[in-house]
Amino acid sequence: MNFLKKILILGLMLAFAPLSQAELTIDITESSDSGTPVAVVPFASSGAPVDISSVINADLARSGYFKMLAEQYMRSKPSTASTVQFPEWQALNQNYLVVGQVGGGAGGQYSVQFQLLDVMKSGQLLGYQMNSSAADLRRTAHQISDLIFEKLTGKKGAFSGRIAYVTNNKQQSQLQVADTDGFNPQIIASSQEPLMSPSWSPDKSKMAYVSFERKTAAIYVQILATGQRKRVAEFPGINGAPAWSPDGTKLALTLSKDGSPDIYTLNLGTGALNKLTKSFSIDTEPVWSPDGGSIVFTSDRGGKPQLYKVSSTGGGETRITFSGDYNARASFSPDGKSIAMVHGNGGDYRIGVMDVGSKSINVLTTGPADESPSFAPNGTMVLYATKKGGTAYLSAVSLDGKMQQKLAFSNGGVREPAWAP
Amino acid sequence: MKLNKLLWVLLAAVFALSGCSEDEATDSLDNAAKNAASGINDASTSGLNGASTLSGMAGPGYTGVTGNNSFLGPEFSDPNNPLSRSTIYFMLDSSEVQPDFIQVINAHAQYLVAHPNQKLTLEGHADERGSPEYNIALGDQRAKAVAGMMKAQGVSDGQLTLISYGEEKPAVMGSDESSYERNRRAELSYQR
Repeated sequence: MNFLKKILILGLMLAFAPLSQAELTIDITESSDSGTPVAVVPFASSGAPVDISSVINADLARSGYFKMLAEQYMRSKPSTASTVQFPEWQALNQNYLVVGQVGGGAGGQYSVQFQLLDVMKSGQLLGYQMNSSAADLRRTAHQISDLIFEKLTGKKGAFSGRIAYVTNNKQQSQLQVADTDGFNPQIIASSQEPLMSPSWSPDKSKMAYVSFERKTAAIYVQILATGQRKRVAEFPGINGAPAWSPDGTKLALTLSKDGSPDIYTLNLGTGALNKLTKSFSIDTEPVWSPDGGSIVFTSDRGGKPQLYKVSSTGGGETRITFSGDYNARASFSPDGKSIAMVHGNGGDYRIGVMDVGSKSINVLTTGPADESPSFAPNGTMVLYATKKGGTAYLSAVSLDGKMQQKLAFSNGGVREPAWAP
Repeated sequence: MKLNKLLWVLLAAVFALSGCSEDEATDSLDNAAKNAASGINDASTSGLNGASTLSGMAGPGYTGVTGNNSFLGPEFSDPNNPLSRSTIYFMLDSSEVQPDFIQVINAHAQYLVAHPNQKLTLEGHADERGSPEYNIALGDQRAKAVAGMMKAQGVSDGQLTLISYGEEKPAVMGSDESSYERNRRAELSYQR
């Protein structure tokens, strides 16, 4: 009986099994009217399997920085700069224009050309030609979005990145990785017991996560390309909240083998454990500062959960949050200047972002059940988990709170998002 | 028909709850629990399966009749015996054992002392609010609080297995106060 069950679980532990279509769908639930006007003209294409220009249009729309021109208002649909009538686009009050075309197709190889044009100056800002296999066309479109975003905002784009999340349907928990628009989902791990707390290695090649598949909590590190994995912690009690050090050599984690939950670092090369906190209360949810020097964690040593800081080699524990009766699950912005967290007051849990310097907290969301914040790698958005009407889904919010999008899973609840660094 | 009977008991519990202050509520709930317990017992002996689920529905502040441990002996199915109760409920963000549950924990501790080969799993759980890993820690503290009381009475470490599932395995689905109350718990299940 037990043996059969083991076989079943092993059978379900598929490494990088591709799913046929998007299971996460994105809806923009709040948008800004103040974005820069941009028109993405439908690309000329002879039967490419992906509508490149609509992927780019959706990416830029989701960023919150731009106000996209709907196709119905376009009077012409040029595919190269040489055929653009700039006064036409000036009359439509557009600042920038994207035109392009997809050619080739023989042997599944395509050539994608695009130009980003400045409407006022009637000139080109960017122009690229990229080769792509049929399978990589969406990725190519996201890379074009990244190039456009960076040119227009001066910040790196995050559209070609990946997100990890945990889905729960019926009796099964799955750890999945997908594009930031929910496409190309792949199953990293699957179990009838809970899976939790995915954490990307800094080079994005590995994932650490918690699995209860052996009816006990354990932390695994899995190589994404091969599916090969190693159990790195299975002590009595909690084995939770893994977080990679910025240099990729260590995990910070929570263990309760000595009694109360404490923060440790685990050297992945040597297996050496270093205990950083020794309080009698709850210490958990460690996260490294981007410079690797300190670790921020959640502790209820003061009575209620608050964020504290400790040196990543131990010592110097100090409290860093003071407003609100529940501050937990920190996530550093890539530049280390901000910390996103679950910010709770009277049973209402929202996502707050604290300025590390001034310690002031800016509340971005409306609650009441927002959790697990994760910064985009370019620091412009925070992805988090929420729940309304009994369904758990993901949401992303821009740092000014003006842009909000919902990522819902078609087949059950989705939680614990982690944006790849 | 059988379900109807249970519904009435639950309705009675709801009325008892709505009409009194917090302090009184505990007493009323205790009585309601006893009523509910006998109702469930009737139902289960007449063939309705899933008594453990129904006992969870009996509400906050009291222990339900177990469905898991009934293989052990008649005392585990007798609603008048504290051994019949296998769920310890907790207050919000707390791992402190409430006075109502001391008797239940003591009864299980005495049973374990008298049966040193018997092993018990203590599962700690939390409601869905707040952060998932913090809730794992909270569930861990809850299981440890129960284990600590048992060990003080002579139960050996080797008899107890502790695991926290945090908010990952709710007893009831739902995002309301009554669901939260039923999900903040430690579950005692004997190993066969």
